[in-house]
Amino acid sequence: MQIPFTVAPRPDTGVNNAKIGVWLFLASEVMLFGGLFSAYIFLRIGAPEWPGEIGGHMYERASDILNVPLATLNTIILIGSSVTMVMSWASLAMKRFDRYRLYMGATIALGFAFLIVKAFEYGEKFSHGYLPAENNFLAIYFVLTGLHGLHVIGGIIVNMYFMWPGARMWKTDPKRFTNRIEIAGLYWHFVDLVWIFLFPTIYLL
Amino acid sequence: MADHAAVPEGHHGEDVHHTSFWRKYIFSTDHKVIGIQYGITALLFLLFGFSLVMLMRWQLAYPGEPVPLIGWLFTDDTMPGGIMLPEFYNQLGAMHGTIMVFLGIVPLAVGAFGNYIVPLQIGAPDMAFPKLNMASYWAFFVGGVIMLGSFFVPAGAAKAGWTSYAPLSVIESMGQTMWLLGMVFLITSSLLGAVNFLTTIVQLRAEGMTFMRMPFFVWAQFITSFLLLLAFPPLEAAAFLQLSDRLLDTSFFMPSGLVVSGEVVDVAGGGSPLLWQHLFWFLAHPEVYVLVLPAMGIVAEIIANNSRKPLRGYKAMVYSLIFLGFMSFIVWAHHMFITGMGQAMSVFFQTTTMIISIPSVIILTALFLSLWGGSIRFTTPMLFALGFLPMFGIGGLTGLPLGLAPTDIPLHDTYYVIGHFHYVVAPGTILALMAGIYYWFPKMTGRTMNDTLGKIHFWGTIVSMNFIFFPMLIQGMAGVSRRLYDGGEIYAHAQDVIVYNEVMSIASWVLFVFQIPFIVNLLISLKKGKAATDNHWDATTIEWSAAPSPPVGHGNFHDLPQVYRDPYEYSHPDHDEDYWPQNAPPAEASED
Repeated sequence: MQIPFTVAPRPDTGVNNAKIGVWLFLASEVMLFGGLFSAYIFLRIGAPEWPGEIGGHMYERASDILNVPLATLNTIILIGSSVTMVMSWASLAMKRFDRYRLYMGATIALGFAFLIVKAFEYGEKFSHGYLPAENNFLAIYFVLTGLHGLHVIGGIIVNMYFMWPGARMWKTDPKRFTNRIEIAGLYWHFVDLVWIFLFPTIYLL
Repeated sequence: MADHAAVPEGHHGEDVHHTSFWRKYIFSTDHKVIGIQYGITALLFLLFGFSLVMLMRWQLAYPGEPVPLIGWLFTDDTMPGGIMLPEFYNQLGAMHGTIMVFLGIVPLAVGAFGNYIVPLQIGAPDMAFPKLNMASYWAFFVGGVIMLGSFFVPAGAAKAGWTSYAPLSVIESMGQTMWLLGMVFLITSSLLGAVNFLTTIVQLRAEGMTFMRMPFFVWAQFITSFLLLLAFPPLEAAAFLQLSDRLLDTSFFMPSGLVVSGEVVDVAGGGSPLLWQHLFWFLAHPEVYVLVLPAMGIVAEIIANNSRKPLRGYKAMVYSLIFLGFMSFIVWAHHMFITGMGQAMSVFFQTTTMIISIPSVIILTALFLSLWGGSIRFTTPMLFALGFLPMFGIGGLTGLPLGLAPTDIPLHDTYYVIGHFHYVVAPGTILALMAGIYYWFPKMTGRTMNDTLGKIHFWGTIVSMNFIFFPMLIQGMAGVSRRLYDGGEIYAHAQDVIVYNEVMSIASWVLFVFQIPFIVNLLISLKKGKAATDNHWDATTIEWSAAPSPPVGHGNFHDLPQVYRDPYEYSHPDHDEDYWPQNAPPAEASED
């Protein structure tokens, strides 16, 4: 038995199954982060001061607590990784598997770079005693960036699968493999997009 | 039609490659097996959730008296000497709600019927993502095990109600953490399921199966899946926040200066208990429609089939369904009129709530009108489907006063609310699910269920359910709170209506007795039931007219069907038989 439209698009809808599946999945992800952003707004509106008091010290601006230059660097890293992700898919579309390897490797490396910078940032917070239990600004900061970090880790795992074991499909079914990279790319761009909303909301506003 | 009788009754013989027992029945990717797995698990959970409430009903009818017969089975932490402790009563209450909603009805309505029937009704060989389908079932299973396991952790299962309102839930014992973890698995499961259903319905419809030719049941599952897809994630977000409140001592839901047992709780504060309620009800109101829409879908199938008429106003029903799905996202705060969220909010949400009742009424009215002028066959599934209509009607009408702030305020948190939503879900949805079991059992097994036992089951169930839930409405209007461990014994205002406690409790045990014929019927019919033909009910939809009973192991159909017409062409003037299957080729050429 063969499931129809796993590779070729269905004529009347114009897409294949995986494409529709990933868009639906991303819609639910929007609702997940949307719920957390709503919580952020709700808490911030209700708070007399924001970010407020941490360890007996009153803070006026988020940028006094968080490291904006590092987060800017991370924004650049993630946007860069989105570009290499597109390039890896484009390389497959042009049947250049060697270039695919290169760009996919770069995407994975940039993903790790993001996490390393993030880990450094977290370590800095912990060493200052900025823990989630201290205040609601820090709590929502850690939950939002933590959940986003988990999404980055998930994306890296998917990309590493397609870099090594999953890449065997290139020999047996190149069309389907190219589609898979496109799908993985859509997810990766979404993770990037979440960060692009997260960064100004938490660090700058 | 008749040409299918010529095809040898195929069981699972077609499997070319040898599939092991584990691949075939346990870790199967076949939507039919997964549907049955969901069905069995969900029925067991329904029975378990029902048992919890039967215990509670003893305490309500005879407060402080030891439970007879089975009281000795319980530990001293729960029922010393057979007498139920208040903490245990709270566990039973919270877990009854959780299990019935998330582990019983949704998996049965969506996981079981949706999985089994939707691909067959749209003419698909399987779901679009069979492996995700399997993952969805096993995530559900793990979630269920965690929920059951929470009874055995120190201080027992969650006690903060199925709504888990903060801050009570944040300061609760470990059972609440288990509840949250279990919910994360259940949410993941329904997310995977929803993506799969939507993709399947959009992509895998057979040739000729346009959206407006889809059976109403498929439409109901389609909208339900959208609700699951978009409403569950905010609860997942809320579950993460509450987990963080419990494990990392954050204060998302903890207000400043909260006093528990005379002491100020040592947290940073500044959080909002109201935030939890908003996030929770943003899920849980659409969830109500997740419980109801598949039931409406089942009832629509059965009514069209047994009144031998097309559904009255199929298009109006579909548009109502879409509108209802959309509106269900903007009515959630009608659960929160007494929280002090402000009058402007109340006005907005009571307006949307009144609006959302319109499409429900349209659907219900269309179902009633479908009966008009039909030649009704009173089969067992039809009885259950007919029972659904007035019961859901009572559930809906008793909801109107709760949707308006001025009338909701005195009724809030009384038994009236419990009576209202149980009318929607128990005599409403559960009757429809039972109807679905009797209706599709011949398709799933190739055998029929016993009619006499089915009718005993129906009459016993509908009568005893009304004896359980109607007195709740009366007690609630007298002002009896829904959260009393002793059933209101110590309150003067409850004295006039307290006699109903015993009536309701006895009715709940009678209800259990009347489920025995159903269980016996289900088990015996599996092996000994009369053999069913492929199209047992002379139905028009293609799960009956194009697939054998049971459908072939891989791919469902011998040949993928082609669809030529609308789903309910019963008693069509241009056709000799009183049903004209969707896949029967048009014109005289093919008439057999």
